[in-house]
Amino acid sequence: MNVEIDTSAFTEEAYELLSELEDSLLELEASPQDQELISRVFRAMHTIKGSGAMFGFDAVAEFTHEVETVFDMARNGTIPVTKPLIDLTLAARDQIRAMLDAAAGGEPADQANANRIIAGLRGLSPEKKGGGGSTAPAAPSGKAQAPSQAANEPHIFRIRFAPNPEIFATGTNPLLLLNELRELGECRVVANTEKLPDFEELDPEQCYTGWEIFLTTELGENAIHDVFIFVEDECDINIRLLDRDQVMRDQETTKKLGQILLERGDINPNELEKALMPLGDRLVQAGAVTPDKVRAALTEQQVIQEKQDKKKTAETATSVRVPSDKLDSLVDLVGELVTMQARLNQTAGTIGDHTLQLIAEEVERLTAELRDNTMSIRMLTIDTTFNKFKRLVRDLSTELGKEIELITSGGETELDKTVIDQLNDPLVHIIRNSIDHGVEAPDVRRACGKNPVGKITLSAIHSGASVLIRVTDDGAGLDAQRLRAKGIEKGLLSPDEEISEKEAFQLIFAAGFSTAAKITNVSGRGVGMDVVRRSIEGLRGSIDVTSTLGKGTTITLKLPLTLAIIEGLLVMVEGEYFVLPLAAVEECVELSRDDVDKAHGRHVINVRGEIIPYIRIRSRFEIGGTPPDIEQIVISEVDEKRIGFVVDKVVGQHQTVIKTLGKNFQHSEEFSGATILGNGGVALILDLNKMVRYVEEEEIRELDSP
Amino acid sequence: MNEKNTVTSSTQYLTFTLGSEVFAVDIAKIREVLEYTLVTKVPRTPGFMCGVINLRGSVVPVVDMRLKFGMEPREKSVNTCIIILEIAQDDGVVVMGALADSVREVMELEPDQIEPPPKIGMRLRSDFLKGMGKQEGRFIMILDIDRIFSVDELSSLQNAA
Repeated sequence: MNVEIDTSAFTEEAYELLSELEDSLLELEASPQDQELISRVFRAMHTIKGSGAMFGFDAVAEFTHEVETVFDMARNGTIPVTKPLIDLTLAARDQIRAMLDAAAGGEPADQANANRIIAGLRGLSPEKKGGGGSTAPAAPSGKAQAPSQAANEPHIFRIRFAPNPEIFATGTNPLLLLNELRELGECRVVANTEKLPDFEELDPEQCYTGWEIFLTTELGENAIHDVFIFVEDECDINIRLLDRDQVMRDQETTKKLGQILLERGDINPNELEKALMPLGDRLVQAGAVTPDKVRAALTEQQVIQEKQDKKKTAETATSVRVPSDKLDSLVDLVGELVTMQARLNQTAGTIGDHTLQLIAEEVERLTAELRDNTMSIRMLTIDTTFNKFKRLVRDLSTELGKEIELITSGGETELDKTVIDQLNDPLVHIIRNSIDHGVEAPDVRRACGKNPVGKITLSAIHSGASVLIRVTDDGAGLDAQRLRAKGIEKGLLSPDEEISEKEAFQLIFAAGFSTAAKITNVSGRGVGMDVVRRSIEGLRGSIDVTSTLGKGTTITLKLPLTLAIIEGLLVMVEGEYFVLPLAAVEECVELSRDDVDKAHGRHVINVRGEIIPYIRIRSRFEIGGTPPDIEQIVISEVDEKRIGFVVDKVVGQHQTVIKTLGKNFQHSEEFSGATILGNGGVALILDLNKMVRYVEEEEIRELDSP
Repeated sequence: MNEKNTVTSSTQYLTFTLGSEVFAVDIAKIREVLEYTLVTKVPRTPGFMCGVINLRGSVVPVVDMRLKFGMEPREKSVNTCIIILEIAQDDGVVVMGALADSVREVMELEPDQIEPPPKIGMRLRSDFLKGMGKQEGRFIMILDIDRIFSVDELSSLQNAA
């Protein structure tokens, strides 16, 4: 009977390695000479093989071994990195993935495919010819790599810098030299003041101080000499590379203070022995060294120690793997804490006890910190998602006979894990569309005078509390006229209806809309963009299209940073509370009866010369009652336009923990959720984008049918 | 309640009233019964959607059973309560509240005490009912709560509202 081993740790790691492998391979395709990349591929394969065998995935290990063997040759320079090699390795990567899936209960992996890949890989190896001959040309590149790498490794230099007393006379300021050294790397300076005379005897025009500098730098010794180039004659300079000696070799032990002092010749062994117990102090007492020397030596020890510590931490705990449901429950708990804290604040305010209020404030501060920290744990960089598309673009463009280059930027942008998880499918749709409909075939591009290689740019940037993700292609662009014609054909528009270019672009989001002449297995079925739009709106985001005919199309997704907690503005209408997302709010102004009268029943207001339309929450939501004499308009930016929302009262900022309303309110799209207030009541969170869109649609309908 | 030697096939029901009529819900569906608290109305929803309440930190929708069954609305009283139900919707259990005039008791009904609902003369859609129970000469309407609270049923009218 087999012992049940939890293999999930392996499979999870393996999946991660596989995606890393894919990235490396694609990068390698762009720069096949990069030894570092080849090694990375090799290492990933090697790890999969090793841990696969350990966890009983023998088939995976065996298969991976074959691939690894070939890549080992590539690493040694026996065979060059070619496109067939990369193609095969990518196929092998998919095969490993399939094997893992099969082990997890998925469909069995195709053994014939595996054999084919192995045969292909074996065909690449020059073994039969005898590897010796072909080793020669590639070897130098491997060797050339080594010394340059060593130069990039940071080293610690000890610089003893003792200027002549007259150095000031030449106009040299030693401090500037020290600053220059600081620019070279991490720098620690200890002043050596033993030559400093008593105050009465001190000549201010003389320099009595010397310095010992411990510099951790990637640059060589020459760079340090360059700093002192003009003063070399006027001072004593002694530069020594510290860590090239045995220090780095026996990394575990840092040199003892006494040893350092001895080596530096500051004391002799007898003195050291006499004073061995509390070392630094004894030495000073015995007059063997000055306190400065001890200090310098201590600093030296510290610098080396720190460097080693840094190395160690980098090797060990850079990340902790935590199941995401644990994180989710943490976020839920923090959400509840935030709610409770709002309640505590309110209660403390009502009771009016000073001590209690102080505590409430402290709790508020802690809660806010805890919230930010928890949210940041859930933040992931988007580059993993981006990297997946490199493969998609590569495979799809080959399939469609197009040449397309994918450029990504802003991969380090962080987004909530939930958002990232749900972003994948919409982005796949958009990019597929760009590849299929956007970028033209190479001959068409050449005919248009464009670079035959198409370009798709995927970028992410922060913008306030949102992240903008843009997919730009340099393809054919959208044809507003054709879209309009298609819209009429589909019955979305009446034949005599004139629409703006922007409205025409919006048509691509209508369900069942496709202008593709023929349906490919990539896209053109018209079930793409409406789904994309729905899922983006499900994430409380928005989607926008701009396009120039013949130049290309840009699709911009605007997404919130997080789905769990937002900063909101709490407002009140006739005793009912609503929350507006604070990120969109620009200002609040008063709306008096006078203003209303002046507009002759039109819902617009003049704010510092700008005409701003507004929506009355009271009438929009059919809340009865009479408005107060002076109402408040919360002016927000919605779809790049300024729009006001009229409420009775603006209560203030509110930490809003978003709770979904659930499916039963799926048609109440004007609300993105609800939140719990300090008093235990519930306030609805307004989705301003949708509300404005609905109001626009309704008004157009009303005007059309008088 | 009155007999402890439960027959396996018998089921316990919670009964509640709307006006003078008595309704029953399978007790397995009920999480708890709350006193009436402030309900936040969600604008532009059908009238029977009372709104949402805060149930210990979660937002729970509440349906006014009177309005759902086409009865006249009524002033809230001390007996008005919210029955918190666990409804099986498409892909999981959803917690919802039902506003009732008052809650009466938990009772047991044997299968032979339950009859299929008549198709006509009920002033209530028969697909809302699982059956009719009898107790001391009175009828008890046993509700198919999953049906009444299904997504289709609750959101069908929302666009029109």
